[in-house]
Parts: sequence; C-alpha cells; structure tokens
Amino acid sequence: MSAAVATPAPLDVERIRADFPILSQRINGHPLAYLDNGASSQRPRAVIDAERRYAEEMHANVHRGVHTLSQRATDAFEAARERVRRFVNARSTREIIFTRGTTESINLVAHSFVRPRVRAGDEILITHLEHHANIVPWQLACEATGAVLRVAPIDERGAVDAAELAGLISERTRLVAVAHVSNALGTVLPVRDIIARAHARGVPVLVDGAQAAPHLALDLQALDADFYAFSGHKVYGPDGIGVLYGREALLESMPPWQGGGDMILAVRFDGTTYNQLPFKFEAGTPHISGAVGLAAALDYVSALGLERIAAWEHQLLEYATERLSAIDGLRIIGTARDKASLVSFVVAGVHPHDLGTILDQQGIAIRTGHHCAMPAIERFGVPATARASFAFYNTRAEIDRLAAAVESARAMFR
Amino acid sequence: MDLKELYRDVILDHNKRPRNFGRLAPPAHFAHGHNPLCGDQLTVYATVDGEVVRDVAFEGSGCAISVASASLMTEAVKGRSRAEVERLYATVHELLTRADAPVTAELGKLAALSGVREFPARVKCASLCWHTLHAALAGTAAPVTTE
Repeated sequence: MSAAVATPAPLDVERIRADFPILSQRINGHPLAYLDNGASSQRPRAVIDAERRYAEEMHANVHRGVHTLSQRATDAFEAARERVRRFVNARSTREIIFTRGTTESINLVAHSFVRPRVRAGDEILITHLEHHANIVPWQLACEATGAVLRVAPIDERGAVDAAELAGLISERTRLVAVAHVSNALGTVLPVRDIIARAHARGVPVLVDGAQAAPHLALDLQALDADFYAFSGHKVYGPDGIGVLYGREALLESMPPWQGGGDMILAVRFDGTTYNQLPFKFEAGTPHISGAVGLAAALDYVSALGLERIAAWEHQLLEYATERLSAIDGLRIIGTARDKASLVSFVVAGVHPHDLGTILDQQGIAIRTGHHCAMPAIERFGVPATARASFAFYNTRAEIDRLAAAVESARAMFR
Repeated sequence: MDLKELYRDVILDHNKRPRNFGRLAPPAHFAHGHNPLCGDQLTVYATVDGEVVRDVAFEGSGCAISVASASLMTEAVKGRSRAEVERLYATVHELLTRADAPVTAELGKLAALSGVREFPARVKCASLCWHTLHAALAGTAAPVTTE
C-alpha cells in the first residue's frame, strides 16, 4: 500500500522469523531468502502446532457423530469458520464457505451463480491483469452458455482505472470479476470504487482476494463485495483450504454445485432437501485440519496487526524497488502507484529462468515465468518475468542479497 | 552443484551467438515447441534429402539453456542420417536424465549439456529442441510441449 500508515510499533522481524521453522534452513549452502510469498507463504509454528494438535486430540468427522471426538472436530471446524468471519468482517458464518482455495471458490461462483443465470450474449467483465483462475472459469462458463467475456484494459504502469472499467459495463453485464491485488504486477486495484460503480448499474462483483488477504486489512461489509475469494496457503496457513465469502441472499438463491454428504438435510429417491448455508456448498468431508490451521494463521497475522504488516511490507517494497531500479538493464514490470509488496522484473541479456536458477544457487527463492497471468505479462511485451514477493518476515538484508545476486547473473551473461 | 557446471563457456557462447538461427524455406520440415513453465518458444526447421538431414535451423526465444541446446543441436545433426539423428536424440536424453550416463565421444560439443542433469528443473529447457526436431522430422502437426 502506498498510503502512509500509522504504525503503533514496528515489527520485531528477527523475533518473527524465529516463529517460522522453515526459514532457518540453508539452501545450496546459503541461508534461505524466501522471496516467493506470492506463490505460497510459509507457516508459523503456531499453524503447524494447531494442525498437529487437531490430529492428535480432536480428529473425527464433522457434523455427523454423537461421540466426543466428532463434537470436538465439529467445534474446531465451526470455530475456524467464525475466525474467518471475524477476519473478513462478514455478517454471518452462513456467508463463509470453505473450499480448497481461491480457484475452487471462483469456480463455485462460475458454476452455481453465473451458469444458471446467463444467456447467450450476456457479458462477464474482468480485467487484463487477472490470474488464470479468474479468467478460465469465466471462459468455460461462456463456452457453455454463449455469454461473452469482456476485458477492461490496464495502463502502461499496470493500473486499472475504475471509471474506464465501469464504462465497459453494459445492459448485458451479469458479473464483474476483478483481482484485489495483481499477483503478477503487484497492482492494488480500486475495488471499492469498482464495486460502487458496478452496484450503481445493478451488477454484482466478485473479488479475487488471493493476493490481498495476506497484506491488507479486510472489511467485506465496508467493501460491499458480493463474492470474495482467498486461499489459506497465501496467508501463512495450510494449502488445500480456502474461503468463498458470498452475500447471504445471493448464496441462498444459488443451487448447490457438488452433491454428496453434509450438503443435504434429507435424501429420498423422489427428491432431496439441501442443507442450509454454508453447508449447502460443502459436499463431502471438508479439510478440517486445514480450516483449523487457517484459523491459527489468521490469529497469528491479526496478533501482529495488518497495519503493522502493511507498513513493514511497504518499506520492503520501496527498498526493493530502489535497489533493483539501480541495476543497469533491469526493468520493473508493474509500476502502479498503489502496489502490494512484490516486484516483477526483467533483466536485459538474462532470461528469467536462468536468473531463477542462479538465485536458487545462492539460497534465494523467487518465482520466474508468467505467474499464471499470461495476458498481464504479455501486455508488457515479455514472455516471462522474475518476481520477488515479500512477506513481513523478509528483511532488507535479503533484498541486498537479491540485488547482489542479480548483478552476479548480469556479470555471468555479459 | 556448481553453476559453472551448468553455464559452461560453450553454453554461454551459444546462447549469446546462436548458430543456425533463422528459418529454412519450404519444403523444409518444421515443428513448434513450447515450454509453458518458462515461456520458451521455438521452431525447428529441417531440410531432408532422402535419409540425410541436409540443413537444420531454429528460431524462437528462451532461456540460455534452451537456446544453447538448440544451437548445439543444429550443429550436431547437420549432415547426419535420420537414423543417426534419432540415436543422438536418445543419447542426449540419457545424458540429460541419467546421473550415470557416460559422456561419450559421439556427443562432441553436446557434452557441455552434461551439467543440466544436476538441475532437474532445467532438463526440459535442454530437451525441448530435441523433441521439436524429432516432431519436425516425423512430420507431426501438433505443437510439442514439455507439459
């Protein structure tokens, strides 16, 4: 975030690092500098312990048994749902659906909300910087229904203009689906403005919050989003667990998307009664330990404070931007005014894939490639970029190592 | 693992100055190759005279390993019979994927690729051009992909 943030007290990063067991190891003979948080973040011991404690003391199936363990598991699972509700400030736990992750959350909306209500010629509006998870489910829905996918442009800095996007809303637009933060470019989108403009036209909005949940304090009532999706593993929790927030009235109006146990009240061969929210959308045994771990992760980041996290990450972003910009032949891809803590870049004469290997040999983990956002990357005329994405446990010293390693790669390919 | 094992001087040189870079006019055989993981794209052209591969060229973009491997490949296969090219393809595949594959004299300059096997994530970069040449010679219409 570029806005100045009042900081109660800065984070004690060295102490925080000690909470993350994985960070203390050496990779290829060097201390690990983990700068691939945009792909997946690491877990604090509190998350690992919560999952283990669940497995050792509480595990049984949820919402089924009368025995003690089943009750413990159910309590832990539903407590996790309430923890998520507080984290995003939803009105009710009926609005919190557990999924496998952001991708599944978006597919759920594509399947249960969009497909039943769009007809040939209707439109779904996205932006040019979306992750493939916020493109392909709509393409599939369009193929099945004859609806049309419209794409709002991004400018040369990778920013989205809310007014320009709203100008593409037509009488046929049935949904606007936008990222909150771009995983490839770092852009923070003006989602509040976009939502207000879409609602003024009566169009609901889905926000892909995979990259925002780890960095920004969320208040979904204030944001007024209709759907909001995010993943546990990007917010310091387990992989395989994610969340779909949906406005209750919309979720009520949607048919289930997967059938099975837990999503029903009564099953007869002449007709089945579906369960209430949120269970209607949670067929089968859920990822209970994942939900428990996610709740522990949200406790952890909330205790640190998202304002303090944002303040430190903003310092890291500014420092990385300054250090990397000083390197000859390095071009930063994605220079929006409002950015989350990641830097996508290319280096003249050094292919990103080679850079990734060279950095890995020095213990530095970055992502290289198209970041599952091919249209966003190709918009800038490159086939791939290198991306360093920061978390609150990263340090200036790690950015110094990154800059030095990029320089060494340049020297190698000179 | 030593980076110099991967990025040997021969590799760096062929990346910087790829040999046989460009197109061959029809009726040359050609095929497209794509490595979606890193965005590498290349097209390999081959002019075949009876059983002999008279000329080979490639174009495209990619990392140093993929460009150098393609460049080295074009030099290595020119003038060889189809059967010899297929044998070399198998030998290079062994070199890239088997830790104990011997570096034989037959490989010539291609031996410079032996460091790649220490970097499993990069094997696809080095092998893409060979799969693509194989497809070009076989007349396969579908693009080759490493995924």
